[in-house]
Amino acid sequence: MSALRNGESAESAESADTGVDDDATDDGRGSSDPLVELADVEFGYTATPVVEDISLRIDPGEYVAIVGPNGSGKSTLMKLILGLLRPGEGTARLFGEPSHAFDDGARIGYVAQHASASKEMPITVREVVKMGRFPHVGFGRLSAADHRIVDEALATVGMTDFADRRVTKLSGGQRQRAFIARALAGEADLLVLDEPTVGVDAESVDAFYDLLEALNEEGITILLIEHDLGAVTDHARRVVCLNREVYFDGPTDEFVESDALARAFGTAASVAGGSGGGRA
Amino acid sequence: MIPVELFAALQAGPLDAVLAPVYWLLALWSDLLFAVGDATGLGFLDYRFMHRAILVGLCIGVMAPLIGTFLVHRQLALIGDALAHTAFAGVAVGLFLNGVFSLGVSPYLTAVVVAVIAALLIELISEATDAYNDVSMAIVLSTGFALGTVLISLNAGGLAVGINQYLFGNLSTVSAENAAILLVLFAVIVGTVALTRNQLLYVTFDETAAAVSGISVTWYNRVMVMLTALVVVGAMQIMGVILVAAMLVVPVAGAAQVSRSFSESLLVSVVLAELAVLLGIGASYYGEATAGGVIVLVAVGIYVVAVGIGTVRARAGEDAAAELGSIDSREA
Repeated sequence: MSALRNGESAESAESADTGVDDDATDDGRGSSDPLVELADVEFGYTATPVVEDISLRIDPGEYVAIVGPNGSGKSTLMKLILGLLRPGEGTARLFGEPSHAFDDGARIGYVAQHASASKEMPITVREVVKMGRFPHVGFGRLSAADHRIVDEALATVGMTDFADRRVTKLSGGQRQRAFIARALAGEADLLVLDEPTVGVDAESVDAFYDLLEALNEEGITILLIEHDLGAVTDHARRVVCLNREVYFDGPTDEFVESDALARAFGTAASVAGGSGGGRA
Repeated sequence: MIPVELFAALQAGPLDAVLAPVYWLLALWSDLLFAVGDATGLGFLDYRFMHRAILVGLCIGVMAPLIGTFLVHRQLALIGDALAHTAFAGVAVGLFLNGVFSLGVSPYLTAVVVAVIAALLIELISEATDAYNDVSMAIVLSTGFALGTVLISLNAGGLAVGINQYLFGNLSTVSAENAAILLVLFAVIVGTVALTRNQLLYVTFDETAAAVSGISVTWYNRVMVMLTALVVVGAMQIMGVILVAAMLVVPVAGAAQVSRSFSESLLVSVVLAELAVLLGIGASYYGEATAGGVIVLVAVGIYVVAVGIGTVRARAGEDAAAELGSIDSREA
């Protein structure tokens, strides 16, 4: 799949000498154009900014974790990156386009915190995973190839036997696996995961991070929003430590040795009364 | 003021041309039911108005739960009620125009226009305030109903006579023209849902992920409320303003009790709605009761049975043995 896509864009790059923007839209990987680029971004739901002065660049093939205490603006930052929110100041770009205008959903896989599907809607695991193919088929029907990809995604997360179960009847961890399978079925270039392992049992968490690593080695860019610092330092290659502004941005090794953690979380502890630091 | 000629043209020329093939279909349907009536000896099949009522009922049984499924699972069950009451204002506008300008515009056509405008208004309010809230819905609902009653009372005398049929619905007043309008609405609704089912499902289930996957949530929400307006007006003829929302909600709630998958729940809700419509029409004919009320009572009865079945199934714990596989990074 990814090899095919690279091949296609190599051809189009030869035929069209139109420069940087073309590369960015045709193929994020292998070129130096960033998938995500934030410049001096500030955002607040009210007059008080939730995040400010954020400049961030994520290149193809990276494995980046954004960490920070509760209320540090992690989820807001993720929404700015995905274009679900527009920055009050500064610019946010996704695959070279303004984030809010970017609409090629086939390039982004997204796993939300706590599977937003708490509704009592009758829907099976397979039907949820099939949604991952919707950006590829548009108004059309899923082809045999699409169904095969769905089956593979179910097998990858170990949910084949649960494919025809109602999602609302699953445990939190099982449900989260279904949502991860949906993101996998999308065959995206960029996976964005917001605290994906909350509610997942410890054994599966390790297997899950191994899976992310394998995907990253295939060339998929991974952006992880995480509260669990242990998981981050074990797996991510780059850490962005956030508490309203960026306290640290660099390789994981350097993050572990730096005092960014104490500074970022220390501030929050005094604000949030220490409630957020428990798992850190 | 809008020129009278426009309404005159609307009422006679293009509309009849558009509806001509639909009238032909209606005649065909009538012939079929006469034949069925002769073969089975069912007395109520001897009347053309019953043929039309049954056809309208069958259409309602498909389109109401079809749209209702998307509404109920977004906790938007109330929106049907709000739009039905604004559709009543639309009916009043139609009656008012007919009374003042002596036009023959079907009040259902003006109801379509007014309900669709109200639907967009509700949607725009919710976009501006970032939430569908009970309060704005209640305001739209009562504004619509108040506007309707005021317009009707302004023209009291000749007009007040026909109001019951819109409030409570009526089998015998489904004219050929109104049945034809409904068939057109039916085609638009089913066609739109068939085309956009992927997007509607994604937006209904998980709005944020749908937005990330490039679906314009705002746009599909607008489509959804407009379709709701069309369903409500279509179903109003038999169900009446006051009860029409029940058909959007009750069969869907029943289906959710017994279905596992989304596609199954769609199918089951349509089956339950058709059952309620046909039993209701039959019972109301022989029992000489208002069809809308009987249909809703039958639907609620079916819902109660579905809850019972759902509860028994849950106790039985049908899905006990499935094994959770391991997450396999080699297959990635």
